[in-house]
Amino acid sequence: MKETIKFTLNGKPTSINVEGDRTLLWVLRTDLGLTGTKFGCGKGLCGSCTVVIDKKAVRSCRFPVKDISGKEVLTIEGLAQGDTLHPLQKAFLEQGAVQCGFCTSGMLLNAYALLLENPSLTRDEIIKGMDNNLCRCSAHTRIVQAIESVST
Amino acid sequence: MEVNNSKEIQKSTIDPFGRRDFMKIVGSGIVVFFASGSAIESAVHAAQFRGMGGPTDFNDFLKIAEDGSVTVFTGKVELGQGNTTALAQMAADELGVSLDSVTMIMGDTELCPYDMGTFGSMSIRVLGPQLRGAAAEAREILLVLASEQLDKPKSQLKIEDGVIYDEKDRAARVTFGQLAKGQKITRKLEGRAVTKPVSEFTIMGKSITRLDGIAKVTGKAKYSGDIRFPDLLYARVLRPPAHGATLKSVDTSEAEKMPGVVVVNEDGLIAALHADPEIAGKAIASIKSEYDIPAGDVDENTIFDHLVNNAPRPQEREPKGDLAEGEKISATLFEETYLNGYGAQAPIETHTACAKIDGDRMNVWISTQTPFSNQSEIARTLGMQSENVRVMPVFVGGGFGGKNSAPQAVEAARLAKITGKPVQVFHDREEEFFLTVYRPAAIVKIKSGIDDRGKITLWDYNVYFAGDRGAEQYYDVPNNVIRTYGSAMGGMMGGSSPHPFATGTWRAPGANMNIFAKESQIDIMAAKCKMDPLEFRLQNTSDPRMRRVLEQAAKRFGYTPAAAPSGRGIGFGCGIDAGTYIAEIAEIELQNGSIKVKKIVAAQDMGICINPKGALMQVEGCIMMGLGYTLTEDISFKGGRIFTSNFHNYKMPRFSMLPEIDAFIVKNDDLAPQGGGEPGVVPVGAAVANALYDLAGIRVFQMPLTAERIKAAQA
Repeated sequence: MKETIKFTLNGKPTSINVEGDRTLLWVLRTDLGLTGTKFGCGKGLCGSCTVVIDKKAVRSCRFPVKDISGKEVLTIEGLAQGDTLHPLQKAFLEQGAVQCGFCTSGMLLNAYALLLENPSLTRDEIIKGMDNNLCRCSAHTRIVQAIESVST
Repeated sequence: MEVNNSKEIQKSTIDPFGRRDFMKIVGSGIVVFFASGSAIESAVHAAQFRGMGGPTDFNDFLKIAEDGSVTVFTGKVELGQGNTTALAQMAADELGVSLDSVTMIMGDTELCPYDMGTFGSMSIRVLGPQLRGAAAEAREILLVLASEQLDKPKSQLKIEDGVIYDEKDRAARVTFGQLAKGQKITRKLEGRAVTKPVSEFTIMGKSITRLDGIAKVTGKAKYSGDIRFPDLLYARVLRPPAHGATLKSVDTSEAEKMPGVVVVNEDGLIAALHADPEIAGKAIASIKSEYDIPAGDVDENTIFDHLVNNAPRPQEREPKGDLAEGEKISATLFEETYLNGYGAQAPIETHTACAKIDGDRMNVWISTQTPFSNQSEIARTLGMQSENVRVMPVFVGGGFGGKNSAPQAVEAARLAKITGKPVQVFHDREEEFFLTVYRPAAIVKIKSGIDDRGKITLWDYNVYFAGDRGAEQYYDVPNNVIRTYGSAMGGMMGGSSPHPFATGTWRAPGANMNIFAKESQIDIMAAKCKMDPLEFRLQNTSDPRMRRVLEQAAKRFGYTPAAAPSGRGIGFGCGIDAGTYIAEIAEIELQNGSIKVKKIVAAQDMGICINPKGALMQVEGCIMMGLGYTLTEDISFKGGRIFTSNFHNYKMPRFSMLPEIDAFIVKNDDLAPQGGGEPGVVPVGAAVANALYDLAGIRVFQMPLTAERIKAAQA
């Protein structure tokens, strides 16, 4: 049963007409064409599908799309302001926290949500907060450095 | 243009290609072809282009277009390892242009000549020198043209950022674009080009931020799963419950009733397709199927005896001296057996492909390390001409050896042909774990000996199913043999294999296991004669590069000598991979019976280092990834059934496992660049296992070094 779902997507009021029990990940990737959010495991175990909903990091592969009604959704496509990268994006780029790039969107949004909650993250808090985001290129050292450099 | 009459240029200009569409790609400007591949690659390429009137013995080319832009065409692909950036640095520096005027076209089977695949840390090591040569050749052509056009002696000309000028009269200048305009110069690199010495590098040797970084941090980078068409169908394919299972019966009626679902059941390919991948998934789950599963109860515990008992005859390498004599002169003999289970590459991007038919042509976007063999496999399966199948360039979300095969691309192409629609096939994580070509379980048996002064007298090395990469001898051993039983490739390269499922390549195939065994054995011998493990290594190797990485790693670590077990939890490992020497020192502790790695120092001699930052990112990534095979990763199975299914039961390195990693490059500018994508992963297992012995006086002979195995060793 299709339903109309209204929400804010990357700062823009958005309305979609979809089956409410579909997962947010696939609605983003197919209907909305926002392919920056990645499928990795389908079970909320790897974090590559992470988006930010009402300032909290959420695994979009386990999130029913009907639950975004009235909420603010941020995906990787909304993190930069035009051509100006978000400081986290800049830090990932410059510190070398990116290799194949497939986990990167999820890493960035998970880190973004952590910093919203606490802009002064310690190294231990970063490690704890990022622990459920997997990176097979194993760029962990530089991902931590990048987040540390943005933390105040 | 007048310069077209240049005698020097005309004389050595090769005939253009006979192949019309290829000539279109080459177009106008200045083009230098070069060979970077093996003899096999050149032969395959020659076969493709035979009878077409052009040169055949090349794998790559570089073009300076009429607008002065530089494009490098190579069949290698970017997997995250950063070869795009380092190769562009080489071309830009040799030519004398800025980095941003170089475009890399990679892995596009239409535009790029044949390449065997991106593996073995070969992009920089093998392609690199040839690319530099081609760029130097192009630079020479440009200088000759400029000399004629400006009427100035070549010796007086300088190049800066794509402009050639007279150093005595800077107003006399001409750009690369002006020189290339109207030209149709094609040249084959014959190895005569003089490349820049290290002292003249301006872009090589610099830590350049990766060129694909912005696309990746903004989510704009397109991977094969990100290709979209309005009528795209997502296909899920029916998979058997076990390897080797054969289908007895299938009932697709439920799936067929689902609105919008297309069911395909053709020649063993059973798939459900829908515009919504989740509905395709529900449809495939609704299919009822029965399989005959072959008997087989070998599992992760019994596999080792099974493999040894079914091993083929060995191949011998590096025979030296007399083994019986070696045994006789040894004061102490050591016989040990080392084990390692199966592993998965587990890139975060699962195997994915998108295929679309355009008339009589098929375009395919594939997460792959081997676009050209995928192209021919698709063509063969579909009965098409290879040149009508185009593998398009896309970003690849990690390979690690797992994407040397891409059967999902053949499935996507078949389904696109059957349905007439563009089709995407992607593995869910469970399929990815089930369908990967596993790193083979392997066994190493070593018999070694030392004399009463701690000199190695005997090395009788037997490796089963890991292959001999990393097994080569770098210690000075008078009586030596290395026997290899079965390859690391298992069934991947065809032929029979005692493995219960297909096995294949995993980052630095086999070398992780060989170095684990070999460097553990070295420590066992050092401990027996109560000698510091670094001193023991230095006493037994005269290889200057190995001595240097060991000594520099020790210095960086602040290592003080002590025989193991010292209680400190410090261990060494070293190795050679892809021409690169690496030494690592691990420092560990035990937390609730499990190993916690606190620190790893790594010293890497890779010859000339093109991009230090990029190189260190690879070493650090290798070390962290190496902690997975060392400590946690293992495949659980029985016969052809695989129980490992997702990240909850395949434990990969995560942030909480992160040690302090201090990796550095040991400068060696006298040597051409060597491999960088894999060496760092090779000594991790050994360094950690040796640190465990140093800490607790116990040795675990099977990876991963789990709490359970440590407990058993303590008992």
